This record gives sequence, structure tokens and C-alpha cells, in this order.
Amino acid sequence: MYYFDPHIHMVSRTTDDYETLAKMGCVAVSEPAFWAGFDRGTVDGFRDYFNQLTGFEPKRAGWYGIQHYTWLCINAKEAENVELSREVIAMIPEFLDRPGVLGIGEIGLNKNTRNEAIVFLEHLDLAMKTNEQILIHTPHLEDKYMGTRMILDMLTDDSRIDRSRVLVDHVEEHTAKMVLDEGFWAGMTLYPVSKCTPERAVDIIEMCGPERLLVNSAGDWGPSKPTAVPDLILAMRLRGHSESLIRKVVYENPLEFFSQSRNFHFNPPGSTADPVVI
Amino acid sequence: MSLPPSLPIDAPEVLEREFLEIRAKLLQLAASFDRFDRGAGNVDSDPRRDLIRRGLDILQSDATDKAEQIQLLFSREYDDNWQQTLDMPAK
Repeated sequence: MYYFDPHIHMVSRTTDDYETLAKMGCVAVSEPAFWAGFDRGTVDGFRDYFNQLTGFEPKRAGWYGIQHYTWLCINAKEAENVELSREVIAMIPEFLDRPGVLGIGEIGLNKNTRNEAIVFLEHLDLAMKTNEQILIHTPHLEDKYMGTRMILDMLTDDSRIDRSRVLVDHVEEHTAKMVLDEGFWAGMTLYPVSKCTPERAVDIIEMCGPERLLVNSAGDWGPSKPTAVPDLILAMRLRGHSESLIRKVVYENPLEFFSQSRNFHFNPPGSTADPVVI
Repeated sequence: MSLPPSLPIDAPEVLEREFLEIRAKLLQLAASFDRFDRGAGNVDSDPRRDLIRRGLDILQSDATDKAEQIQLLFSREYDDNWQQTLDMPAK
């Protein structure tokens, strides 16, 4: 089955992973800007990173017929440095009209601090001024519930935000419904230990329904499985769910959500046009 | 709006499919608890032990949302006044 991975950090994966994803049916990946495992020191470090996300990664993905899209921001872990964050936010517009740039992300909270919240709000303001979609990281483990509620408070407090264009990611059993009830899209991340398993993701689909739900691997430099979305496809089949329901979650929903970005140009599998490759 | 898809398999089928995995996870828990006893020192007063005990209580309860309850047990509480607590700047 063809599928999207709506949240995966391919800069931290080898080219072999692109080959594996292609063989397993992945037709497109969406890659938010993230924490590299260390705190970048300068705005030029971010500029180089954004050049990699918008230039080399789509090319590398294209070697295996995968279409690559990206999101830009300074992530929550580095947002404690408000001065650097403001420099990065001021620089982001240089890249917003590049092919494949879908919007601002993955912004969010990490330890739910004041500086993180301030930088989150300033990203939201940028997104509203430039009419971007937004992809949001919710914190890990014990910080997720509080952080998700704080994020929803900030989002719902801004009347400019079109909730249908916002994805709140890494939802789990205690946060999925609140995100969906507020009208946002919700992403479930299939990631060892700190996030969801395929089977629990299927439970959430059964409890909440498939509307506005996405599933992703968030594959990155840590212990993670870039083929997690196919794991979910299998888990849903073994549970007895229909192919149409599975396809909705892993293909139609991402297509519907990303189609709201002006820079989203997608060639469906089997189309005669070549994938967009920079 | 259509209803959410129901669980396509019945409870006996869930048990049939998941019994061995549940057994393995219980063994893993038991082995961890044994290591608490075999290791030097004592963790009984560690607040995380209380969280574990309360988690086990949830598993044995009649709640139909055990997974969500476990998530909330291990979550920091939401502060209704977080904007004041963090002294957020005015809009």
C-alpha cells in the first residue's frame, strides 16, 4: 500500500533508509526541522540546515522516487535561547517560498518553560503573517499532558489560526481526543518507549475515528524505526480493518492535510509526471 | 459524521492473540521487581514506586480507559494558571 510518512527526520538517516522506505510503499515524506542532538550556536548554522532540508534532502529522496517536503523553525529544545530563536525566526522567510516547504514546524514545547512558550508564540505569529501551515511537537512522557494543554491554550487564543491547517503531533491516549475536539489534526508517532506502539495507535483510531488523524515514524538519530508506518498498516490488517480505512489514515489524510500548503505539489504514484526533484 | 470503527475482533480473540505477550510483559515486570529486592538499598520510599503501585491498581480496576488513566498517572498536572505562573508577556 502506498503511504506518506508525515513526520520523519531523514537528515539523520542513511540513504539505505530511503531505499527501504521506497520498497515498502512510501511515496512521500514530510520532514520538520528538529533538534540535531546538540544546540546549534548561530543563525548561520540554521541557514545551512535549512539549505540541506530544502536542497539536498529532496534530491536524495528523489533517487528512490520519494517526494520530500519540509517544515522550518527553531525547535523547542533550542528555544531556551530566545535571542538566537528570534534571529532564526527572522531568517525563516528566506526559505518559505522554496519548493516543498509546507510551513512552520516542528514548533512546540519541550519542558514547558516560559522561553519555550514565548518562542512558540513568535513562530505562530510568523505563520499567520505568511499564511503557513503549522506542525507542532508535544513534549515527551510526563510533560506531554501539561504541554499539550498549554499549546492548545495558545492556539485557541489566537483567532487568526485556521485549525484545519494545524497538525498537533505525538498525541497519545490522554491527548488525542482533546486535540481532535478542538478541530486540529492529530499525529500519532510510532516510536519506542517514549511514544506510541502500532497496536495502541490502532486503538486510538478505533476510539476517535480516522478523521484528521495521521500516523508517523518520527525516525531520527535516536532509537527509532523509519518503517513504523508499514508496521501500523500490518497491525490494522491483522486487527481486521478494511483496506479503505487503512489507506485513509496513511495516504488520503496526509494528502488532504498537506494539500493546503501552497508549495505542496505531489505526483501520485503511476502519474506520468516526474516527481519534483530540485 | 460516521461512527469510529469498532474493534473488529471480540474479547476472546484479543485474549487468544495477546496472552503470550501479556505473559511476557508480566514476567518482565516481575523480573524488574525482583531486581529491586536483590539490589543493595531500598526503593520503597521513592515516589516512582508509589506511581508503579498506583499503576498496577489501575490495571486491576474496572476502568474501561486504563491506558488513558495510566498516561495521566505518569503526567505532570496541568496548571490552569500557567500563564501567570510563567509570567508570560502580555499579548
